[in-house]
Amino acid sequence: MILTSASPATLLQRLSAAAQWLTSPLLPDDYLGLINPLWGAGELCGRVEAVHAETSDAATLVIRPGRGWTLHRPGQWVRIGVDIDGRRHWRTFSLSSAPGRSDGRLTITVKAVRGGLVSNHLVRSTASGTVLRLGRPEGAFVLPEPPPPRLLFVTAGSGITPVMAMLDGLRLDNADGPDIVLVHSAPTPADVIFGGRLRNLAARWPRLRLHERHTQLEGRLRPADLARLCPDWTERSVWACGPPAMLDGIAAYWTGPADGLHVERFSLVPAAAAGSGGRVRFTRSGREAEADGGTPLLAVGESAGALMPSGCRMGICYRCVARLRSGQVRDVRTGQVHGDAGEMIQTCVSVAAGPVEIEL
Amino acid sequence: MPATSHPASVDAEGFGRELDKIRDEVLASLGERDAAYIRGLIAVQRKLELGGRALLFASWLPPAWAAGTAALAVAKILENMEIGHNVLHGQWDWMRDPKIHSTTWEWDFASPADQWKHSHNFVHHTWTNVLGKDRDIGYSAMRISPEQRWHPIYLAQPFYNALLALFFEYGIAIYDLELERIPSGKKDLKEALTQLRAVAAKIRRQVVKDYVAFPLLAGPAFLPVLLGNLTANLARNVWGHTIIFCGHFPEGAEVFTEDRLENETRGEWYVRQLLGSCNIDGGRLFHIMSGNLSYQIEHHLFPDLPSNRYGEIAPRVRALCERFGLPYTSGSLARQAGSVWKRVLRMALPGPSPRRPAAGPPASFKAAA
Repeated sequence: MILTSASPATLLQRLSAAAQWLTSPLLPDDYLGLINPLWGAGELCGRVEAVHAETSDAATLVIRPGRGWTLHRPGQWVRIGVDIDGRRHWRTFSLSSAPGRSDGRLTITVKAVRGGLVSNHLVRSTASGTVLRLGRPEGAFVLPEPPPPRLLFVTAGSGITPVMAMLDGLRLDNADGPDIVLVHSAPTPADVIFGGRLRNLAARWPRLRLHERHTQLEGRLRPADLARLCPDWTERSVWACGPPAMLDGIAAYWTGPADGLHVERFSLVPAAAAGSGGRVRFTRSGREAEADGGTPLLAVGESAGALMPSGCRMGICYRCVARLRSGQVRDVRTGQVHGDAGEMIQTCVSVAAGPVEIEL
Repeated sequence: MPATSHPASVDAEGFGRELDKIRDEVLASLGERDAAYIRGLIAVQRKLELGGRALLFASWLPPAWAAGTAALAVAKILENMEIGHNVLHGQWDWMRDPKIHSTTWEWDFASPADQWKHSHNFVHHTWTNVLGKDRDIGYSAMRISPEQRWHPIYLAQPFYNALLALFFEYGIAIYDLELERIPSGKKDLKEALTQLRAVAAKIRRQVVKDYVAFPLLAGPAFLPVLLGNLTANLARNVWGHTIIFCGHFPEGAEVFTEDRLENETRGEWYVRQLLGSCNIDGGRLFHIMSGNLSYQIEHHLFPDLPSNRYGEIAPRVRALCERFGLPYTSGSLARQAGSVWKRVLRMALPGPSPRRPAAGPPASFKAAA
């Protein structure tokens, strides 16, 4: 064992521990955050420094991450926390930039979906200077190192975003670089996110072939079309990102090796009808129970044998709150159905609206 | 503070429905304005604290000492009352910000947040003013209702109430341990010891911060900084004690017997919260400094609604009380505090004989009529 002097990291930790005696019960971060939210490491933040429109309903947000951000790999996604009308909402977005930009910033590219609260807010109502919360980069939709010599990307709509980060990270100017085919679907040429950039890249680098599929004119891409557009497609390393129907179609049609096809799904669990009840799983205690739409989750958990904190049982004391991992619940007092992953809910006044997972 | 049952003629359910309507309206309208309020207030409080401590470092200048101590006292009051107490009630949980959330918040108060949430949010707010259930009646140490049997020890209660005011946060921390429930076995000794250790750990951090670390950092200003911090803490304690005692103990606030809880409906629960609470009149700044507990009635009806909304709904609650023939007790700080002290002094002595619920309408109803 080699003894070394304290590394800068442990020195910082010691300083922080000492400073906590001055800031107790708060953390030094809480005061640093008063000056600049990006300085705190406890809750990772990023500041929006620019918003560029990509299409009529998509925009790229240029974000300067705060202290504590770890470099991502191209193709990964990040959870973004945004406050809308006072409430925090978390959504997942692919990073559209390659890691380690010289300006230290990262980008996400968001397409406003119809009725989507967060995506519309990010695309249309987010100003420079807005502070967002960031998760850690996650996801396994990443190219191996070194990249496969022959690649096929199949994307649709905002499914291009992780692939844009990958293309940014690949050395297209390298003569030994991979041979790339990109098949991208969008309703019209004007709807192609990064359209100008992609066309420029394809015009400049012969190793990148771009096929745009404009679905309003040509109809949706069928898996059989792939064989026509890219005859050697089953011999390539295929990376697909887009709507579930497209991905399912490709997977069913795929005849290449099982490890040759990689798909990234942005899946949405549809909300069940209000008050319909559902299967409730208490993740920490491992208990499960079938809940009807009228029994509070507190009672469901108690009869299932989960360790449920509780208090007034009428929604006033907040002793029963627990973290929702997935699913939606209905507030028995207001009838409102709500639930984002990670939301803290009052179990004594919440009933299951569909399948629910609670971290208890 | 006579024990009463509410008169049968009160339409408690109708009253409750109207209150639910107010509650739903406020919940539906929560948004950016409210979030900006609490975030702004937290920022102001932290800057006040930093400013106060910085001024105290220059406390060889007497005006700097006075200004620093005042800023720190105000910061500590805001931290405990308008921020801490209300965040711990879950008033801001709807924002889903883990930094301003009842499950993560810890405050500059000797009672750890978790113990406080049990004794205050649950026991006190659920069983408000029910003898034998709500331990906040006289904080289990004082006689403030004729129903409590007199004992010679109560002769000293004016003295120990003054002492409690000065050391309020420690009094509350000990009170939250529910030591009186240990002999009867209602409370586990081991649990109490674990809680006691948590309290001790909190007190240690507070003492090191205010009476050791910051004075040492100030070097030659050690003593003035220590005295400034002590003054700020005592001022916070006295202020908190005053506001909180004015919430449930002045003339007009009622005490209930346990039978009142049997089959209590939502509407009856609202009525009990109303009858057991008293407001204090004042300006906007006064309400913020009192953590909006000056709207004690609104707070007890809706303990989890954001405190910045209490002042807005108070006129509507008051109008409802008039419509349903229910009393709405409110008075100036001087009047309410005087009323509390009069009660503490009177109840130190034996008597009067408790008024029986059946003996007629309670005093406050007559006053309201």
